[in-house]
Amino acid sequence: MYDDFCILLVDDFSTMRRVIRRMLRDRGIENVIEAENGKQAWKLLNDRKIDLVICDWNMPNMKGVDLLELVRSHSQLSALPFVMVTAEGKKDFIEHALQKGATGYVTKPFSSEELFSVLGNIFPGEAK
Amino acid sequence: MAKKEKMDFNLIQPFINATLTVLKTMAFTEAHSKPPYLKDQNTANGDVSGVIGLTGDSSGSLSVSFPEKTILVIVSNMFGERMSQVDDEIKDAVGEITNMISGQARQELEGMGMSLESAIPTVISGKDHTIKHITTYPILAITFSLDEGEFLSGQGEEFTIEVCIEEE
Repeated sequence: MYDDFCILLVDDFSTMRRVIRRMLRDRGIENVIEAENGKQAWKLLNDRKIDLVICDWNMPNMKGVDLLELVRSHSQLSALPFVMVTAEGKKDFIEHALQKGATGYVTKPFSSEELFSVLGNIFPGEAK
Repeated sequence: MAKKEKMDFNLIQPFINATLTVLKTMAFTEAHSKPPYLKDQNTANGDVSGVIGLTGDSSGSLSVSFPEKTILVIVSNMFGERMSQVDDEIKDAVGEITNMISGQARQELEGMGMSLESAIPTVISGKDHTIKHITTYPILAITFSLDEGEFLSGQGEEFTIEVCIEEE
């Protein structure tokens, strides 16, 4: 199940990183690294191999959607699965993220089942 | 400035719904709301509060205040670990809970034709801390009890949200 995956969690709230990390761990996914904002995340993305980004929208020091734009414009990262997990559930935010290339969109609050439903759509070969 | 006399009660319901949804989804607990009342003083009904401003079609603010005992139960449920004191992790959680209630409520308000945005919440803590909603409109408060096997509904156990939205 998601063997050898490295997931990058980006959220300025340590609470949400901890909640998502727990959800991932409960499904056997242990290889998770964290960043507090887009800038930190961008450095990690350039330093090591990441298989999936789970990213908040509203953060100081580079918003999630700006990080998404950087990722999509980078020759080697442009196809990287990138899921927005955010409290912004308004239509224009969702449309904007998808237009910028988000692979999935999860609105806070969310259950583990909702998160893994989105991840299952991105990685259909993996166990839900 | 004189206080305006009314605020549309229909605008409150999305915040109540959002609070119930956030607690049920993220903390696996049922909350029960009491009828809204007008709040006329700044002292928070709790030991730690998250406050977030609202802008857009209208302006206003939302605050969420928790007594220590109640927020420790909520965050323990969220983390699956027992939390024993109001520390930076608890304050961070209060900020994120406030953020999620705001986002969920704004999503429902959008369906009612009102578009609001909000920024990053701030968190205040301490006994008898105050919350200042910058408004001339009334502040509506709603208290909630938690069903944790036994109800957390006594003095120092209920938590409160305060909402103020200025009408156009």
